[in-house]
Amino acid sequence: MFVMILFYAFSAVLIAAALAVITTRNPVYSALCLVLAFFTSAAIWLLIEVEFLALVLVLVYVGAVMVLFLFVVMMLDVEVEQARGGFTRYAWLGWLTALVVILELVGVYASHRFGADAGAVPAPTPEGYSNTHELGTLLYTDYVYAFELAAVLLLVAIVAAIALTMRKRAGLKVQDIAKQVAVRREDRVRLVKMDAEKRG
Amino acid sequence: MLQSFLEVLLLPVVQSMIWILVVAVSVILSVAFAVYWERKLIGWMQLRKGPNRVGSIFGFWPGVFQAFADVLKLLIKEVIVPARANKVLFGIAPIIALVPALATWAVVPLSPDLVISDIDAGLLYVLALTSMGVYGVIIAGWAANSKYAFLGAMRSAAQIVAYEIAMGFALVGVLMAAGSLNLGEIVRAQQGGALAWNWFWLLPLTIVYIISGVAETNRAPFDVAEGESEIVAGFHVEYSGIAFALFFLAEYANMLLISALTAVFFFGGWLSPFDGYLSPDNILAKPGFPWLGLKISLFMFLYFWLRATFPRYRYDQIMRLGWKVLIPVTLVWIAVEGVMAWFGVGPWRA
Repeated sequence: MFVMILFYAFSAVLIAAALAVITTRNPVYSALCLVLAFFTSAAIWLLIEVEFLALVLVLVYVGAVMVLFLFVVMMLDVEVEQARGGFTRYAWLGWLTALVVILELVGVYASHRFGADAGAVPAPTPEGYSNTHELGTLLYTDYVYAFELAAVLLLVAIVAAIALTMRKRAGLKVQDIAKQVAVRREDRVRLVKMDAEKRG
Repeated sequence: MLQSFLEVLLLPVVQSMIWILVVAVSVILSVAFAVYWERKLIGWMQLRKGPNRVGSIFGFWPGVFQAFADVLKLLIKEVIVPARANKVLFGIAPIIALVPALATWAVVPLSPDLVISDIDAGLLYVLALTSMGVYGVIIAGWAANSKYAFLGAMRSAAQIVAYEIAMGFALVGVLMAAGSLNLGEIVRAQQGGALAWNWFWLLPLTIVYIISGVAETNRAPFDVAEGESEIVAGFHVEYSGIAFALFFLAEYANMLLISALTAVFFFGGWLSPFDGYLSPDNILAKPGFPWLGLKISLFMFLYFWLRATFPRYRYDQIMRLGWKVLIPVTLVWIAVEGVMAWFGVGPWRA
């Protein structure tokens, strides 16, 4: 019962946050509401005892991806009035997307594999069961090739992103740290010794 | 009905509340004394006396209540909200900065049988929550509607994101050694005296973790987010009164936390360094909270020592150190660790 109350509380927050993402005018508020949405969905995942996925969701999306989002949104300084202008013009696109998503959800729930009457509520896992351990065992045995492929794909994406954005401009002032460290006193300091002179 | 309501709903909530209160109050009190200790230490290192006016205990420790006096002063000062600042975000930013610093203590094992929440994915929980700390800084910097604050927030966010990666990789080495994400298990896996602790076999990772810990908490010599000489006080330049005090508290709570985590991950947590060298009956060989407290104090001392010793890093050098030095070092050492585990060198589990 305690879990149920938590579930409904988190769900309410999640839905409110998700609605706020698309309804607030200020893009910074939108990004922050998205953070809240991620965080509450992680909390809901914790309720069904998938702690690894929940914590990774917070770690990756809240801790890294959304920080960069927020960076960009804050730097862009979007004009609020301008953002409002396109609302009616692009509304049909929004409705269309919503329709497709609803149809997909109906399709999932109507199917006999995932539907509401497909299976009982999953039993709570026994004490000592570690979600992280199970995932690791599966990933590194049965699905090791898929896992490695995903890793290679990510690596390629990283290399590609760097290759695409790295531009060599002429006349750029670059500091060579090795050179800076290798500097000796003799290279920079010259002691001039001279005899005292009589004031003329 | 009422009976079951009380038992099912209220009891766990009240119990958790009490624990949370106990930990939060102890952390806040520790922060008060850590601040006094820091000012005193840096004073001695610079041939000054440090704070010596407010209170003393039986004539010793002059100035010991300085931190309390400061808090009182900040409490009764006016909180100024700058014109055209975003009031809502300006108000919640200090809270967002403080909450992760306190919440992470939930999984830190304080003694062999004292940990608030003994969860299996403790290490992930630590990483997830510490990565949230950056929001307080960014939101504060943006909401204040000040260029200095925003610059400080940007610097701090870039720095935290960069050093988090090195930190995460250093912890990968730890969980490889312990074979568990549970913080209590990680400590137990290090049993057997000071040389069996993780720092010995994971020395490069230990150094990387300590350096990135200093960078993550925005402390000297990595405190470019505050950089008085360039951007006044960075992200909290517009904060005054108790709102500033919350940022201050968050910074020191984070330092305490990183010190505790360094002790847990690399220096055997609550284990005794003499375990295995002295007879088990000897009081010095017994595990317990005093050892953890001693280790936390040592790392706090390291923080203060660093602050009194080193000048501030240049910004591009901070980025270079994070991305081009610390991350490659951790990657190489994880590979070395894999090879060592393969050949059974060191205390690795098969």
